[in-house]
This record gives sequence, structure tokens and C-alpha cells, in this order.
Amino acid sequence: MTTQQTPPVVPDEQTAPATARRILTRFVTANETWTLAALAILMIYFTSAAPGKFLTLSDLSLISQGAAPFLVMAIGQTFVIITAGIDLSVGFVLVLSGVVAGEYFQHNGGTNAGVGVIWVGALIGLATGAAWGVMQGVLVAKLKIPPLIATLAGLGGAQGLSYLITGGSDLPTVPKRLVSSIGQGTAFGVQWLIIGSFLTTLLFGLILAYTRFGEYTYAIGSNPEAATRAGIRVDRHLIKVYALSGLMAGLAGIMNLAYFGTTSISGHPLDNLTVITAVVLGGASLFGGRGSIMGTLIGVFIPQMLLTGLIITKVNQYWDYIITGAVLAAAVYLDQFRRRLRERV
Amino acid sequence: MTSPAAEAAAAGPGKSGAALLEARGIVKRYGHVQALDGASFTVYPGEVVALIGDNGAGKSTFTKVLSGVIRPDGGQILVNGEQVQLSGPVDARKHGIETVYQDLALAPDLDAAANLYLGRELYLIPALKVLNRKEMRRRAVTAFAQLGIQLPDVAAPVGALSGGQRQSVAVARAVAFASKVIFMDEPTAALGVVQRERVLDTIRRVREQGISVVLISHNMPEVLAVADRVEVLRMGRRVARYRASDTSIEELVGAMTGALAAEDDAA
Repeated sequence: MTTQQTPPVVPDEQTAPATARRILTRFVTANETWTLAALAILMIYFTSAAPGKFLTLSDLSLISQGAAPFLVMAIGQTFVIITAGIDLSVGFVLVLSGVVAGEYFQHNGGTNAGVGVIWVGALIGLATGAAWGVMQGVLVAKLKIPPLIATLAGLGGAQGLSYLITGGSDLPTVPKRLVSSIGQGTAFGVQWLIIGSFLTTLLFGLILAYTRFGEYTYAIGSNPEAATRAGIRVDRHLIKVYALSGLMAGLAGIMNLAYFGTTSISGHPLDNLTVITAVVLGGASLFGGRGSIMGTLIGVFIPQMLLTGLIITKVNQYWDYIITGAVLAAAVYLDQFRRRLRERV
Repeated sequence: MTSPAAEAAAAGPGKSGAALLEARGIVKRYGHVQALDGASFTVYPGEVVALIGDNGAGKSTFTKVLSGVIRPDGGQILVNGEQVQLSGPVDARKHGIETVYQDLALAPDLDAAANLYLGRELYLIPALKVLNRKEMRRRAVTAFAQLGIQLPDVAAPVGALSGGQRQSVAVARAVAFASKVIFMDEPTAALGVVQRERVLDTIRRVREQGISVVLISHNMPEVLAVADRVEVLRMGRRVARYRASDTSIEELVGAMTGALAAEDDAA
């Protein structure tokens, strides 16, 4: 037998076709890709089913305005879900923040309140949401209460407090200037609500993707033990994340107040489900470690598009819930499937 | 018990000079269980020292004490001859001590570079804590290359890598930030033959960089292949110390199981 010199095995990973394939693989396996594809299919379908009616400019702005509070809450929820947590309290914290701000308006000029009062009231609303979030964060991070239960308790507390403050009926005293400016006002022809929610989305999208805060959020959701050993103060970070979710609910509360001109205390029982659905549709994993603001943005608009499309094509709009539910279940199933696949490696 | 003076007199066979890291008479109890019963341990500069012992001998507890994860109930820890308090992993890290854990403390959803720098990120805009991913990746590639580690893609999530590659990332992470000592708790336990060789090779390269390695293992051939010295732990105490070149598997097993007389019991 002759000994033949075997050529050295060169890993071909660095070659150009392999790189292209890797990028393609990552694109195809990215959750956002599928979510975006679903949104595109919806848009194409409804546009062809009702040409000239679906996605007119007024449609888009109406959808975006209606979605603005959801979008803002979904941003906070994205951070929470990436840490492998969940925040069920959002719709109720929205109401509580609006109620606390509304109470302040009532004692400071009511419907004729000036700009200064509106600013102070809005800040009080934001602070209320943030404080509620901190409280829930402490329950989760310090007392180790599972997020589902901690925020369920927070949900109950926020609802009870809202009813106690208002006596069970909506506060009628929302400043007219708040409604006319933030609620209905426009800049360059675009509603302030839309501008505000998109700027917030952009800001937190950048924070999640490019800063240490975002990196630690992923790390904690991915492996809290590893994060602890790396010297990350996991408990403090979790409190900040829940505070952010509360703050976003507070912001949504002010937006809600401005848009509807009422505290709408019984109008948000299912906001949490809408928001969580959006985040999960957007590719975030309930097991933590995965998710993006871009995905959440798309996820927020899928049910809204669907609803608008169903109305325009004169299909019973209640199909919206059923379809969204089915898509949600499919999204979570795919996530689990992918996770199992990875763990087998 | 031996006095500290007698301990010092019985310093590691063959190794001269001052100890880099030394533990004396460490005690740790869990309820009624005496996990560490006056355990001692010495690490000299630039060596690979194996800490061996049977299951339940206290290796894991001892490693955790020495890396600051748990606090001992008694005893002293000295770094460069000075007594220190290790009240957390961050404390240990400040003294140049890093640990590679058996269960791979990596975040599977983050890429290799992000894992390498987790907790010690590099920033593009420090004031806003904006990360410098490009620089972290660039340095990660260099760090992996120095240890002979080949990864298909430093930007791929660590969860997508093989077990050996993940272990390499964990080792590289420790190497990148340790200045004195790295503890490796069963670094090859979950690996195949080829990957095992690679990790052992990595351990040798770490020593070449002037960092001491403490290898916790109960794989005797592996220990003799890579270690300069061996210290044996049994029932929470150090019972023997050997030069790897002067001992055999039989002798090590004898010390581990108690067939040989215990060093610290001698006095």
C-alpha cells in the first residue's frame, strides 16, 4: 500500500457561495421574514379583492392611529417577552395611567386646562405606568414570582385602583387642547399619534438592537445563569424591563386619553392579548432570547390589516379573531419546533 | 490539622516559588453535609494543575468557593500571598480568576463574539452604551485564532454551534479576561474524541500564554496528559499532591479512593 499525501482539509466556510448561502439561510430562518411575508400576502390579497378600496391613504392612517397605543405597548412587551417573561397588565395599566392623569386634569382646570397642566398630567400618567411596572418587576425579579402571576396580580390591582379612583364611571374631564393637539392634530399631514408611536418604535428598536440594554435583555432571556455569571445584575435589569413595559402602557394611556377624550375604564380588557399576539406574531419567542422591534411592528399590523380587509371585502369581521388565533398558534408551534431542532444539535 | 507553617513546608513537590492562588483550610457545610472539611489547594504561576477526586469529594463546591460563586464557612484564600475575600464572581474576576463551567454558561441566542464579551462589552458611543459589534467580532476572531479555535461564523448564534465549538467559546471567554488563573470544570465531559483533543490543546495554549489552568476532572488519562501537577481531594480535604510526571493512574486512583494515607491526616 502506498502512503499517499492527503491534501489538507481546508474548511470551505469562508468562500463566497457559502457566505451567500449562510446569509440566505439566516434570512429564511428569521422569524421576521415569515411575518413580513404573511403581511405582504394579506395586503396583496385584499388589494386584488377590493381594488382601489383597500389601503387607501385614509385607511392606512386610520389603521395606524388605531394601532398606535397597541404598538407602543407592544414595544414594552417585546422587551419583556425577550427576557422570557410576560406582562398581562398592560391594558389595565393603560387605564390606570389615564385615570390618574384624568384625576389631575379634573382638579386643575378640567376640559379647559392649559398646556402646562397637560404636560404635568401626561408626566404623572407616564410615572404611574412606570411605577406600576417597577412594582411588578420587583415581584418578578426579587420575590421570584412567575411573571404570569406577578402581572396578573398587577392587572387586578390596576383595575381595582382605577375603579376606586373614578367610582366606576369614566372621568369626563379630558382637556380639549390635549384632544385637539395630540389626539387629532397633525404635522406635515400626519397625525401626531402616528408620529409619536413611530418615533417611539424607532428609538426602542435602536436601543434593543444596538445598546448594552438590549444585549442584556437578550442575554437574560437566553440564559439567566450565564448572564449572572457574566456579572450582569439580572434582577435590576428585569425591574427596568418591566418598568419600561409599564411606562409604555402609561404612554398608551395618555394617547388613549387624547384620541378618545375619555378614560374608557372598561374598554381595554383584551389589550394584553392583542399586544402579546402582536409580539409573538413578530417572531419573539415566549421562551426568551428572541424577538425584535421590527418584527413586533409588523406583528401589530397583521391583525389590523386583516380586520380592515375583512370589513372592506364585506366578510364577517369576526373572522379576524379566528384567523389571528390560528396564526398565533402556528407561530408558537413553529418556534417550539425550531427550538427542538436546535437543541438536538 | 497541620499548622500553616507545616503546610508551607510541605509545599507542592517540585514546584518552587510563591503560590499564585492558595486556599487554606476551607470549610463549607450544607446543613449536615460537610462538603469541604478544611480543604487546601495551591496554584503556581504558569502551570496546569489538576484537581481530582471521586464524585462527592467536594470538587464542584471547592471550585465554586475559589471562583467566588459561594462563600466558605471558614478558611483562607490568598492571591499572591495576600488574603482576599471573594464575595462574588466579579470579585474573583478582579483578582484575575476566571471559571469555565461544566454546564457552559453561554447565552445560546447571542453570537460567539457577544458571548465572549458579555458583561464587558466594547462601545462605539460609551456615553449611550452603544455596542461596537464590529470591533468585538474582529477581536473575537483573533482571540479564537490564538487558541487554535475554528468557528464557521462568529456572527452565528452560539446555540447553532456544536458542543465542542461551544466549549471552545466558553474557554476563549475565560482566557480573554483571566490574567492569572482559569478554572475548568470537566471541560471535556460532553465531548467526542476529536473535540476533546482540541480542548486539551487549547488548555496547553492557555498555559503558553502565562495563565495557570486548574483542570477539574476525573478522567485520569486526560489529567496525566495535560497537567503539570495533580492535587487530590477526598471527603472534603486535600489528601495528596503529585507531579504528573512522577505518578500513575493507579497511584491517583489510590489517593482518590483512600487506599493511600491522606496527606493532611499525617500530622
